[in-house]
Amino acid sequence: MKGDHMRLQVEQLSFSYDDDPILENIRLHVGNGEFVGILGPNGSGKSTVLKNLYRALKPNAGLLLLDGEDLLRMNNKKAATKLGVVGQEQAVPFDFKVADIVAMGRSPHKGLFDGDTQEDKVIVQAALQQTGLADKSRRSYSNLSGGEKQRVLLARVLAQQTEFLIMDEPTNHLDIYYQLQMFDLIKSLKITVLSAIHDLNLAALYCDRLYVLRDGRLYTTGTPEDVLTPEMIRDVYGVHADVTLHPVTGKLSITYVPDSLQN
Amino acid sequence: MKKSGFAARVRSIFHPDEPNMTVIVPALLLLALASIILAVGLGPVSVHAVTVAKIVASKLSLLASSVDRDWTQLEENIVWTLRMPRVLLGMIVGASLAVTGVAMQALVRNALADPFLLGVSSGAAATATLGMLFGVFAFLGTYVLSISAFLGAAATIIIVYAISRVKGRIHITQLLLSGVVIAMIMDSITNIITLSAPNALGLHSAAFWMSGSLAGAKWAYLTLPLIVMVCCITALMISYRSLNALTLGDETAGTLGYNVNRMQKLLILVASLLAGVTIAVSGAIGFIGLMVPHLTRLLVGSDHKRVLIVSALLGGILVVWADVVARMVIAPQELPIGLLTSLVGGPFFIWLLKRRSRE
Repeated sequence: MKGDHMRLQVEQLSFSYDDDPILENIRLHVGNGEFVGILGPNGSGKSTVLKNLYRALKPNAGLLLLDGEDLLRMNNKKAATKLGVVGQEQAVPFDFKVADIVAMGRSPHKGLFDGDTQEDKVIVQAALQQTGLADKSRRSYSNLSGGEKQRVLLARVLAQQTEFLIMDEPTNHLDIYYQLQMFDLIKSLKITVLSAIHDLNLAALYCDRLYVLRDGRLYTTGTPEDVLTPEMIRDVYGVHADVTLHPVTGKLSITYVPDSLQN
Repeated sequence: MKKSGFAARVRSIFHPDEPNMTVIVPALLLLALASIILAVGLGPVSVHAVTVAKIVASKLSLLASSVDRDWTQLEENIVWTLRMPRVLLGMIVGASLAVTGVAMQALVRNALADPFLLGVSSGAAATATLGMLFGVFAFLGTYVLSISAFLGAAATIIIVYAISRVKGRIHITQLLLSGVVIAMIMDSITNIITLSAPNALGLHSAAFWMSGSLAGAKWAYLTLPLIVMVCCITALMISYRSLNALTLGDETAGTLGYNVNRMQKLLILVASLLAGVTIAVSGAIGFIGLMVPHLTRLLVGSDHKRVLIVSALLGGILVVWADVVARMVIAPQELPIGLLTSLVGGPFFIWLLKRRSRE
């Protein structure tokens, strides 16, 4: 059953750059099979929370448990078989093929002297198919558009075959078609997801629960219906919004009302 | 018709998508072997390639009895005592420098990294001369020169890397400029030492350190560079997956299960060992580490599983032939080989720079 046991548990997470506190006392959890979103304006600390979780940054204080194990003490390889990450896209200095990059997702499953097996090839091919990249597998990664690159990164993490996925605004370069397709795909995989999300409407459509950050602190948390209120949006994002239940999706729909159109 | 079929086959072998490594590696090995035999024969006094092959065969105990001794003692001396160690040293030095380039490029995630350009060669030369002059590392015995050059190479890589790393990322302008400045400082140190104490340094003049030379190679010079080369290339080949992952960035390599910190230390160690030991025997031969990995990637793609071995072979072949040109063009005088590689490598670097800024 969804959420019946805890996959990720974070208590009292604090982080600072030098003496500049970025995160204070973040407390969150993700249950098995849940799709959990982290919301907040730019600079609120969404990416920093995720980077502390996937160990690109080292927290000053806090307890991080993945499946009951201390994430900070877990060895790299084991962490990489449990936790897949779609970070923000980075330039790749050398010319790799799409399929080569996706195949790197198999790395944590490989020992020092293991070659690539037939099974690896099947997994890579399936990941390419799922992300609509099958016909681009021999293309050069650096010549792809921003959206295609994001799909390659998703395909790589699918090939990694982890049950837990951390995503940092995975759809910010995608056309609306691929935004929906990507989230639909992730939903269909029935894995556990924690994702920073920029777009409140996407969060309302896909997330089971939400955490809202403001200035490095947890502002509120709950289901989309609890959290996505005009008051929260005004307080955290500083804009007026109209929130309604959409008759077709059955989910919340947020319409922003700019100052110029208010009467 | 037949010709286009041949061209298609060549293209299919060197196809960057699916290069046929079972053809490429043996072909390069053969080419390397042929280059050694031919290059040994070439010089101010030429020896026919067949004679060279016979002399070499007579030295191998297995084949010795089946060879007719129809050459002069002079030819044997030229082939076996003078040129063979020189050509083999060229092979080792070329392979080592090319692989140093691959390692440094993976470390800084940029194809413009090269031991010569980033001052590593100069650093190695400076500490090597210091070591010779003051006997600073005399307690290390016969390998003084190599070990002091290694220490200089390591110090330079660490300094340049630390200067150019801004907020966890390598800043490429900072990298190249700090490399140039460190090279200037180190070259001045080398020059001051070699000018002020010319007699203490014997054969190792300032020109040797600045522009490289394989002249004066002896069989005894080969052992250490060979061992270091084999160990370092093996260490990198074993970790080819993590080298690939590192090119995606530190964070990504971490999320794929690699210990990025340990990998970076390994790369610094390997690059310093290769550069230091090589430069101690040959001086600074520039741009091999820049040109060879780039040509290799054009031939077989960027996967380090292929790049390492092909770079090593191509680098060796290139240096052997560059050395042939160096001793032939103004014979009986010799050109320092480093001048030749810079003459070709400099424009190559500019071309690479222009191409990258267009992207």
